Amino acid sequence: MAKYIVKRMAIGMVTLLIVSTVTFFLMFLVPGGPFLAEKAPSAATLKALEEKYGLDKPVPVQYKNYMLRLLKGDLGTSLKQRGREVNDIIFTRLPVSARVGGWAILVAVVLGVTLGSVAALNRGKAIDNVIVFLSTCGIAVPGFVVCTVLMYFLGAKLNILPTFGLTSYKHYIMPVIALSFYPMSYISRLMRSCMLDVLGQDYMRTAKAKGVSQWAALFKHALRNAILPVVTYLGPLLAYTLTGSFIVEKIFTIPGLGDSFISSITGRDYPLIMGTTIFLAFLVITMNVVVDIVYKLVDPRIKLG
Amino acid sequence: MSQKQPFAIKVGPDKEIPLSFHLNPEDFEPASDSEKEELVTMRESVSFWSDGIRRFRKNKLAMASLVVVIFMMFFSFVLPRFYPYHYAQQIRGSEGLAPFEYSETELAAKEAGEKVFPHVLGTDTLGRDIMARIMMGSSVSILVGLVASAIILIIGSTFGAIAGYFGGWVDIIMMRIVDIIYTVPDFLIIILLSVTLKHPLMALAEKPGFGWINRVGVGLISIFIVFSLLYWVGMARIVRGQVLALKEQEYIAAARALGASHSRIIRKHLLTNCIGTLIVTTTLQIPSSIFTESFLSFLGLGVSAPMPSLGSLAATALDGIYTYPYRLFAPAVTISIIILAFNLLGDGLRDAFDPKLKS
Repeated sequence: MAKYIVKRMAIGMVTLLIVSTVTFFLMFLVPGGPFLAEKAPSAATLKALEEKYGLDKPVPVQYKNYMLRLLKGDLGTSLKQRGREVNDIIFTRLPVSARVGGWAILVAVVLGVTLGSVAALNRGKAIDNVIVFLSTCGIAVPGFVVCTVLMYFLGAKLNILPTFGLTSYKHYIMPVIALSFYPMSYISRLMRSCMLDVLGQDYMRTAKAKGVSQWAALFKHALRNAILPVVTYLGPLLAYTLTGSFIVEKIFTIPGLGDSFISSITGRDYPLIMGTTIFLAFLVITMNVVVDIVYKLVDPRIKLG
Repeated sequence: MSQKQPFAIKVGPDKEIPLSFHLNPEDFEPASDSEKEELVTMRESVSFWSDGIRRFRKNKLAMASLVVVIFMMFFSFVLPRFYPYHYAQQIRGSEGLAPFEYSETELAAKEAGEKVFPHVLGTDTLGRDIMARIMMGSSVSILVGLVASAIILIIGSTFGAIAGYFGGWVDIIMMRIVDIIYTVPDFLIIILLSVTLKHPLMALAEKPGFGWINRVGVGLISIFIVFSLLYWVGMARIVRGQVLALKEQEYIAAARALGASHSRIIRKHLLTNCIGTLIVTTTLQIPSSIFTESFLSFLGLGVSAPMPSLGSLAATALDGIYTYPYRLFAPAVTISIIILAFNLLGDGLRDAFDPKLKS
């Protein structure tokens, strides 16, 4: 087990190293360097700035300094929002995204597991067909389509929900639905096929034969076994929620991390782009490692190695 | 037929198994010609393809999705050639028309007896026909899906086959690379690359011999680069798994004994024998590539203007959601239909050609 954890963490570290190295070298592809601004600074100012940030040094030295700064958790300073540290921006924006994303993940997992189980228990009946049809459509519809359809019907036509900002509980409803739609469909498909698999197992018949009540068999035996693959999906789910938040926060103008990332791209705020990328990559990679380890811990049948 | 035995178990209407070690001498008589003929199967042997196609034809949903895919191909590649408006053509005086509305000059032309083709979905604020733009947009989306999947197929299958075939430390190193790329958060790198690759590619397009970059568009090229860097790992894993099983087969040993080179064995024997998996995985890759492209274009990172994509059309229509909702819904519905049809087609192909792969 320890060997597996070490191996998994090592791969995670290497991935992070690669992502940050790639980000560093991509910086050099950007024309004008990091001090590109609307008003071009004079040659002397530029030289002073380069000296201050160590950009006059050879590339390997710069790379070393950059990596050392990263290790300390310093992601640099924003270009457009003068004097604000990237760290500062990330940590004021993150809680907003985390609240919306957290609700979305909760809704996706709870509804996805329920719908998938209901479909599997009623295999072949009308309700199963409806759930399968909806979840097949759900994984085919891009996030921005869900957002705009919701916005048009609930926001513009019926005018029952606010379409921008995030000040009351009502503001959460549409973004959370939009963000959880795809993962919910995915989880319910996954859950349905796993549940069907588990329901056909011998131990389910044994449980029934020894007189376990239907509900106890369902919760103690079927659900616990069928839910394992959903655990592995939690890593990709976090990654999806983050990327989905780019679109959802842009459309519903929510002041979260996704919104700041997208505006940093359109505003060419390179340090903010790089910093956010590395931060989000760190989040996703850590989550993947944790999920993998948890999965091995939860399911004793899985071979370690 | 066997004679009555004193101790026997009845196993069928006229068959009994004797409960003794006495052998029935009748069983050892040579078969007559008529008996021999009965054993000859008259059915033609079913090949891999005809079996798969037969199974695919039975699947109504898959056949329906195939029809939709063919229709969407027709809609996006053939129809624009006969459609009277070009996607980048700005018609003076016809800005912001509603569906089937005519501008004053067009009405005058109609009065004079000329035939004027209606703007089925109206025109946008620059006087461009929206229907023409949606056709072009869906052809861009489908093309991106096809080309990206082809790139992924080539890189992924080669990489996976080499890793699986050679095994040992080659396999270990190659699969570690795959493991690492697999854990890279792909969307972040895609966004990062499409932001930073734009300028170097534009500079490259200025140089002689690289003019084609401008024709294809810098946005599209960076999407393809990103796909070929990151998205092939899933394919590589699947192909490696297949090759690991296939390379132990006798015909591979036979090919090796006959002196076939490594590359010949991989190309002619291993990859051709996992063709079912390759087809299915590639088909299922198409909708996910289209999905990614529309996501990028929606954020303004995909194809560059004036070329439309369904994602960028939806993004520009977002501002007018209250006044012109159809401008938003037309590309949104089109992209959903395309992705859904390709998804169902892939599922159908998987059930028909590769039932083992079903997850």
